[in-house]
Amino acid sequence: MPFGYVSPAQAMRDKAEYARQGIARGRSCVTLQYEGGILMMAPNTSSALHKMSEIYDRIAFAAVGRYNEFETLRKAGITYADITGYQFDRRDVTARGIAIYYAQNLGTIFTENLKPFEVEIVVAEVGTRPEADQIYRITYDGSVTDEPGFVAFGGQADQVSTVLKERYSPGMSLTEAFAAALAALSASGNGERNEIAATQLEVAVLDRTRDHRAFRRIRTARLEELIAESRSADTKTAPADEAPAAPEAPAAGSEPATGPEPGSTDRGGGVL
Amino acid sequence: MDRPTSSFADFLASHSPDLLPGRAPAAGNVLSPATDSPALRDLPHATTIVAAVCDHGVVLAGDRRATAGSMIAKRDVEKVFRSDEYSAIGYAGTGSAGIEFVRLYQVELEHYEKMEGRPLSLEGKANRLAWMIRGNLAAAMQGFIVVPLFVGYDEDSDSGRIFSYDVLGGPYEEQRFYSIGSGSVFARGALKKLYVDDMPVQDAVLASVQALYDAADDDSATGGPDLTRRIFPVIATVTADGFRKLPEAESEQVTRQVVQERLAQPDGPSASLHAAG
Repeated sequence: MPFGYVSPAQAMRDKAEYARQGIARGRSCVTLQYEGGILMMAPNTSSALHKMSEIYDRIAFAAVGRYNEFETLRKAGITYADITGYQFDRRDVTARGIAIYYAQNLGTIFTENLKPFEVEIVVAEVGTRPEADQIYRITYDGSVTDEPGFVAFGGQADQVSTVLKERYSPGMSLTEAFAAALAALSASGNGERNEIAATQLEVAVLDRTRDHRAFRRIRTARLEELIAESRSADTKTAPADEAPAAPEAPAAGSEPATGPEPGSTDRGGGVL
Repeated sequence: MDRPTSSFADFLASHSPDLLPGRAPAAGNVLSPATDSPALRDLPHATTIVAAVCDHGVVLAGDRRATAGSMIAKRDVEKVFRSDEYSAIGYAGTGSAGIEFVRLYQVELEHYEKMEGRPLSLEGKANRLAWMIRGNLAAAMQGFIVVPLFVGYDEDSDSGRIFSYDVLGGPYEEQRFYSIGSGSVFARGALKKLYVDDMPVQDAVLASVQALYDAADDDSATGGPDLTRRIFPVIATVTADGFRKLPEAESEQVTRQVVQERLAQPDGPSASLHAAG
């Protein structure tokens, strides 16, 4: 074997391993369908550096991994969508088109660049009916999967996904979906639940009922309200759940920290 | 590294210049600058737009006529559009060029907002529009003139603002009210007599419809209310609640009221001869 030779198979494995490790260091993000649209949630202490964003009228983007890398992809996606919509018609921009555009780019970067992108992306599109909703997940190597209903991706995707799978059901209300997403993100490896405050969450929805641009961030007062609602709903349903979860949930519901927190008003009051 | 830009028009200019309106013909010699050629004379032209600042907002309204020479090209054309959540744009001039121009401007504003995660300031939007009109200069020299009227809600001052333009750009900020297009002289005259500072939004809507009626009364290129075909002016308001295009029923109601009043007084309401104390 010549000195310095690395087989392509080995090189790909190394790259994949590198990307996976990078992604595993970060937190997870969840995207799930509810009756009135699609909900996206991720732990994020910054109110300025977003993990999710509007791509087009009814299409949103959520990402985990290295910020600079997914920001490049986000901007490329917006440009792709705006050009397509300008050239043809606004209806001709689809989540499928954007997902494939990302997949091709990530695939090329993975094979051609020394360092792969350490990102995972979800592209979601809200339809006029729930059956028309689409959620695509694109990984660092350009694989694209269609994820009907819900998806958890990023750092502890497996654990988060397990909880989400238990809690998810089609046609949930926003509060139910919010509670499910919160429970999934709060689940850590050893069955404990971490409390997540409003200031540590980034939440956005694609609202089916909005006419022009469906993407809307949920912040400040509305976010506090949803957290409080989902916790009280959890407390009520807790006895029906399996035993280990029961002692945790009431404690969560009685937590007084669910009210508006000091300083929460300065978190970008403007609605986007 | 590419020059970073959050401008859609800039991006098109560097990557796909052929997609920019008005720029492609200027490069070739397809069109001679003979502005009196019948091909150009017979292009549909959109006509009168009026704008009036109201209490915490602004109203933008336009008639529905497009003319080609002395012919009526279209009776139900729309020339008042939502440019983004807190602004509206209307245009006078060549119809096809105007439609393309407005479409590009809408994408421009939305593109910036998505790229940067925040909307442009109202001045930023007005300046951007000026730059885009200047880009249309070559086409304007050949007769494809588009002049927009831009209005928006300014969050900082909690008020509506109006910006006008000429073929070279601008913007010129206008106070209280303004009008563009062939019937603008008459519309502005009417608004001057009807306008009251800090009018409620419904009053500003009514004043705009009165002004459009007066424009149609004296300018053949401006369309009056078409009661038989139920074609009424397009009216938009921009306030703290955002852009709102009046539903057709509402526009119809205001217009019918104006027409009804004019049956008794064909010249419309008359202003007081003396300035109020």
